Amino acid sequence: MSESKNNKKNWPLWEVFVRSKNGLEHRHFGSLHAADAEMALENARDVYTRRNEGVSIWVVESKNITASNPKDNGELFEPASDKVYRHPTFYDLPDEVKHM
Amino acid sequence: MSLRKHDFRENGDKIDYILTIADNSLILGQRMGELTGHGPTLEVDIACTNIALDLFGQVRSYFQYAAQLAEKSCTEDDLAFLRTEREYKNVLLVEQPNTNFAYVIAKQFLFDHYHFLFLNELQNSNDATLSAIAKKSIKEVSYHKRFSSDWVLRLGDGTSVSKEKIQKAINDLWPFTQELFEPNEPEEKAIDLGYGVDIAKLQEEYKQAVEKVLIEATLEELPVLEFYQRGGKKGIHSEHMGYLLSDMQYMQRTYPGMKW
Amino acid sequence: MSEKEIKNLEAIFEAKIARDEKIEPKDWMPEKYRKTHIRQMSQHAHSEIVGMLPEGNWITRAPSLRRKVALLAKVQDEAGHGLYLYSATETLGISREELYEQLHSGKAKYSSIFNYPTITWADIGAIGWLVDGAAIINQVPLCSTSFGPYARAMVRVCKEESFHQRQGYEIMLTLANGTPEQKEMAQDALNRWWWPSLMMFGPTDDMSTHTEQSMKWKLKRKTNDELRQQFIDQTVPQANILGLSIPDPDLKWNEERGHYDFGPINWDEFWQVVKGHGPCNKERLQTRVDAWEEGEWVRDAAMAYAEKKAERKVKQAG
Repeated sequence: MSESKNNKKNWPLWEVFVRSKNGLEHRHFGSLHAADAEMALENARDVYTRRNEGVSIWVVESKNITASNPKDNGELFEPASDKVYRHPTFYDLPDEVKHM
Repeated sequence: MSLRKHDFRENGDKIDYILTIADNSLILGQRMGELTGHGPTLEVDIACTNIALDLFGQVRSYFQYAAQLAEKSCTEDDLAFLRTEREYKNVLLVEQPNTNFAYVIAKQFLFDHYHFLFLNELQNSNDATLSAIAKKSIKEVSYHKRFSSDWVLRLGDGTSVSKEKIQKAINDLWPFTQELFEPNEPEEKAIDLGYGVDIAKLQEEYKQAVEKVLIEATLEELPVLEFYQRGGKKGIHSEHMGYLLSDMQYMQRTYPGMKW
Repeated sequence: MSEKEIKNLEAIFEAKIARDEKIEPKDWMPEKYRKTHIRQMSQHAHSEIVGMLPEGNWITRAPSLRRKVALLAKVQDEAGHGLYLYSATETLGISREELYEQLHSGKAKYSSIFNYPTITWADIGAIGWLVDGAAIINQVPLCSTSFGPYARAMVRVCKEESFHQRQGYEIMLTLANGTPEQKEMAQDALNRWWWPSLMMFGPTDDMSTHTEQSMKWKLKRKTNDELRQQFIDQTVPQANILGLSIPDPDLKWNEERGHYDFGPINWDEFWQVVKGHGPCNKERLQTRVDAWEEGEWVRDAAMAYAEKKAERKVKQAG
């Protein structure tokens, strides 16, 4: 191994999103390493669509993703859990009214 | 055992033409397959194996067609594994060894650009099967060309080390490219009869396409050489070919006539 | 954080796993959980990429075009699986380069089975049938392991691997139904790969160190001995269909247990290979190191090119 190993820049990590067919959303498929965006797309094609899994690919460098912190889950997500009035079953209708 | 021309009789010329095309994919695929497990990164390893798989897929289509045309019953595997070295019609370029990754890329690059132009024309063949194979293959090869050209750019315009290596590989392999555009006998007949591609006409476009990438990759312009290497299309191969075939044919030669 | 607070977090964490909830990379986790997962997942990833070598050894010599493309695709899948697993491991805050470094320095282990040589074509069949068969038994339970990225990677791996064992068994079947020479080749491969395959499940339960913890974290659902028994019970009838004999004179159906009894495993051989003295340990590792070192200038070039291109873009924009 070379001496300059420690200050060497390695291929960054990319996240891969694949649309499996038109009409569906892009879904996170996994990650891979690539030197640049073009290579990330090509690698994603070769790694994640070998079995005909996709019709469209997005790649984004992992470091560009901002993620919520699980520590904040209480304040971020729990307040939504008792807002039952956002769901249709909250409302009482007579049985005669069908399909609403 | 060897498949001699008289096995084919009537369709002999067409079969020879198909072999001239298919052997390039066969031998290039065989070389690419050597890299599997040894690539510079996992991602590149996987990409290169995809190229090998595309090439072998093409080979199977061509050979199955050729086997169908042969009067004496023969299979795709007879054609792939049981000819003598002199009966393989691939160009010298594709049998050159994978000296390092620069040679892998340069070989692929120099062939892909030809392959693309060739298939583009083969789509117009008056032979419906060849035209159909070309239509399917050209999408694969279009991607190969993109892959290898991108890598020529990266290596050419990357570091001084990579530039030197890819330049040397291009310089070493360029003399093998002239042969791509010089028809052998079956190719001449194929052109006359309308099922073959007039390859000589592709050379100018080929040079321009290759040179465009080289210039963008900050590499030297293509040299005009006084001497080129040729022979593969007539079955006169380099010394590398015998070893490649020893590997490839090992099972079929050691255990003749068995099913696998 | 005080000891009490950590204890508290640990209790919440363990309860979460017990409820079958997944742990995701940014969730709090005990240091031991992180370390254990880095170790096991990277070991798994290393096994995939070292596992490419014994089979890759036959790509150029595959006996037919059909076999050649199947083998290429299989070895390529292993590269893919290594990649999925390295990526999943990276979510725990360690880079692929660091993981390689651990492999190359000999610090990290990989499955010992790949330290045996593939000396005939039948070995490719035997590996698909036995080694992939054993791997599937080990891997299927991991699809529901507690660490989310590992579980997701394993779902993909298991889905893709379903063709691998069939490919191997089909090779064996063709040989077993072939000429006497071919059948002998198949039997010889079974003889050589049978015992190492049984060793893939690890030491016997009384000798195994990590089991209890691994069970709790769902890195394991059954013990080594249980899995080994499952493998033997499912493989013996498959060998019968092939008309090949398992190289174990003590192998016998035990009506009372409802399982096959089998003979003693040579654990000295197991430890010899684990400790680096198997037939191919040195070659396998050296091959990986060579590929990585010979690829260095290529990776550097791509990185330098990407940087130049990015700079040019900035300049154009400015």
